[in-house]
Amino acid sequence: MSAATLSALAAGRAIAGYALRESLRRRILGVVGALTALFLVLFALGAHFAFEDSGRVGSELSTDGSGFADYRGATLLGLAMFATLFLGAVLATFLTLGVVRGDAEVGLLQSLLVRPVSRRTILVARLAAATMIGSAYVAGVFAISIGITALFGGYTPDNPIAVTLLLVLAVIAITAISLLASVFLSGTAQGITVLMIYGSGLTAGLLGQIGDALRAETLVNISRVTSWGLPFEALYQQALYMMSADRSAISKAVLGLGPFGGAVHSGPALYPFVVAYLIAMIAFAAFAFERRDI
Amino acid sequence: MSAPAVEVRGLTKSYGAITALSGVDLRIEPGQLVGLLGPNGAGKSTLTKLICGLVRPSAGSATVLGHPAGSMASRARIGYLAELFRFPQWLTPDEVLRLHQRLACSGGGAVERGALLERVGLVDLGPRRVGEISKGMAQRLGLAQAMIGSPQLLLLDEPTSALDPIGRRLVRDILVGLRERGASVLLNSHLLSEVEQVCDSVTIIDAGRVVASGSVDGLRGGRVVEIETEAGIERFEATDREAIPARIRELVDAGRSVYGVRESGSSLEDAYLEAVKGAGE
Repeated sequence: MSAATLSALAAGRAIAGYALRESLRRRILGVVGALTALFLVLFALGAHFAFEDSGRVGSELSTDGSGFADYRGATLLGLAMFATLFLGAVLATFLTLGVVRGDAEVGLLQSLLVRPVSRRTILVARLAAATMIGSAYVAGVFAISIGITALFGGYTPDNPIAVTLLLVLAVIAITAISLLASVFLSGTAQGITVLMIYGSGLTAGLLGQIGDALRAETLVNISRVTSWGLPFEALYQQALYMMSADRSAISKAVLGLGPFGGAVHSGPALYPFVVAYLIAMIAFAAFAFERRDI
Repeated sequence: MSAPAVEVRGLTKSYGAITALSGVDLRIEPGQLVGLLGPNGAGKSTLTKLICGLVRPSAGSATVLGHPAGSMASRARIGYLAELFRFPQWLTPDEVLRLHQRLACSGGGAVERGALLERVGLVDLGPRRVGEISKGMAQRLGLAQAMIGSPQLLLLDEPTSALDPIGRRLVRDILVGLRERGASVLLNSHLLSEVEQVCDSVTIIDAGRVVASGSVDGLRGGRVVEIETEAGIERFEATDREAIPARIRELVDAGRSVYGVRESGSSLEDAYLEAVKGAGE
C-alpha cells in the first residue's frame, strides 16, 4: 500500500472517529432512543394482546392453526418493519444533517478542508460513521421486534438475517441520499428534502398497492420505477417479501397489503442495482463537493 | 533558489455576475510577512481562500511553495485561520488540536499540543470544552490550530478580531517568532497599526484589484521624523527604518544629546486611504 493511501486511510479514520463521536453526542440520538423505547414497549404490549385475542378467534375459526399464527406474526412484524425503517430514516437524515453545506456555513468545515485530506475521503468517512450507527440501530431494533413476536406469538420470519440486511441496506440508501443533499442544501432544507423523498418512496409503494388492487398497470409501473429510483422502498418491499417467502398464502396476502408498500419480489437484479446506485450517489456527492467553493 | 511561498498570477474569481477578484498578482517570499489590506468586500478573504484551495479560481493561477494552490502538497505546507470559524463545541481544545494533528500528519504529539496551547496563552483550561470558552480564547485556539505541524506558510484572516490588547500583542509576538523561524505569513487584517508594526510588505486591494503594493516604508513614502536635541527639534525624512538609528548615531557622535524621537510624517493609514480613494475615483 502506498504512503498516500495509508495517509488517506489514517485521515479517514480520524474523520470517521470524529463523526462517530459527533453523532453520538447529537440530541437527536436521545430523541430517537426515547421514541424507539416507546415504540418497542407499545409493540410488545400490542403483540401480547394481539396474539392473545386473535388466538381465541383463531382457535374458533381456523382449521390450520399454524397458518393463522403466521398471519398474526407476519402482520405485526410487517408493521414493526415499517416503524423500524421510519425511525432509521429519521436517524439517517439527522446523522448526516448539515455535513457539508451546513457545516461550511457555520465555519466548522474550513479548517478541516485545508488539511491534506481529500474531500472524497472526508465524505466517505462521514458516510461510514453515519452508516455504522444507522445500521446498528436498525439491526438492533428489528432483532428486538423479532424477539417480541417470537416471545408472545412464537412467530419468527423466514430469512430473518436477509430481511434485516435488506432493512440495513435501505437505511444506507437513505443515508447516501441525505449525504448528497447535504452538499447542496443547508441543514433545515436538507432534512425536509430527505424526509420528503422518503415520503415519496412510501407513497410510491402505496400507489403500487392501489394499482394492484384496481388492476391499473400504469400505476403499478409508476410505483415500480419510483421504488427503484428510490431503492430504499424497493428494498423494504423485498424485505416484506422475504419475510414470508416460504409461508402460507394468507401470510403472503397480508404482507402484500403492508403499510405504504406491500411485499414485492424484485428479483436478484435488485442487489447489484442498489450497490451501483450507492456508488453513483457517493461518486456524485464527492464530485459536487470537490467542485464546491467553501 | 527556493520557490516563492505564494505566487499568484492574474487570479480572477467570479460568483455569477459578481467579480470578487480581477487579475490579482501577489508574491510572498519565504520568511516574508505580508499584510493584506482592503475595505470590506474588497476580496481579501476570497484571495486567502483561493490560496488555501477552499475556492476554485475562475482564471489565473496560484502556487504555494511551488505546488498548485489547493493540491495535497500545498495543503500539507500551510496553516489557515479563517475569519469566521468554529470548532466542535463538545471537543476540548486539546482534542481539537489532536484531530488536526492527525489530519496534518503531525507527529508532534502531546508535546506539540502543550507547547502550542502555552504559546497562545491557553493553559490551565482543565477539562473545559470549546463551547465553554470565550470567543477570544477560541480565536487563540484557532491560531494554535493553524500552527500545527510548523507549516511553512500561514494564512491568517483577521486573527485578532476577537482579541483584547494583550491578545493582540501576543499575536504580534507570534508573528515575529514565525518570521524568525523562516515561515511566511499572509496577514489579512483591518488593523493598520498591527500590519504596520509587523509586516515587511503590504498589498492593498479594493474591488477585487490590487491598488497598491510594496514595503511598508515604501508605501508610506518616507517618514518625517522629529529629533529633539539641546539645539531644538530637527526634522528629517527617513527613507527607510534604518535611517532613523543612523541619524541618531550621527547626532550622538557629534556630541549632541538626544531627548526625544517621534514620527510626524504620513502613516500607513494615509497611504491606505489614498490608495483606496484613488482606486474609487
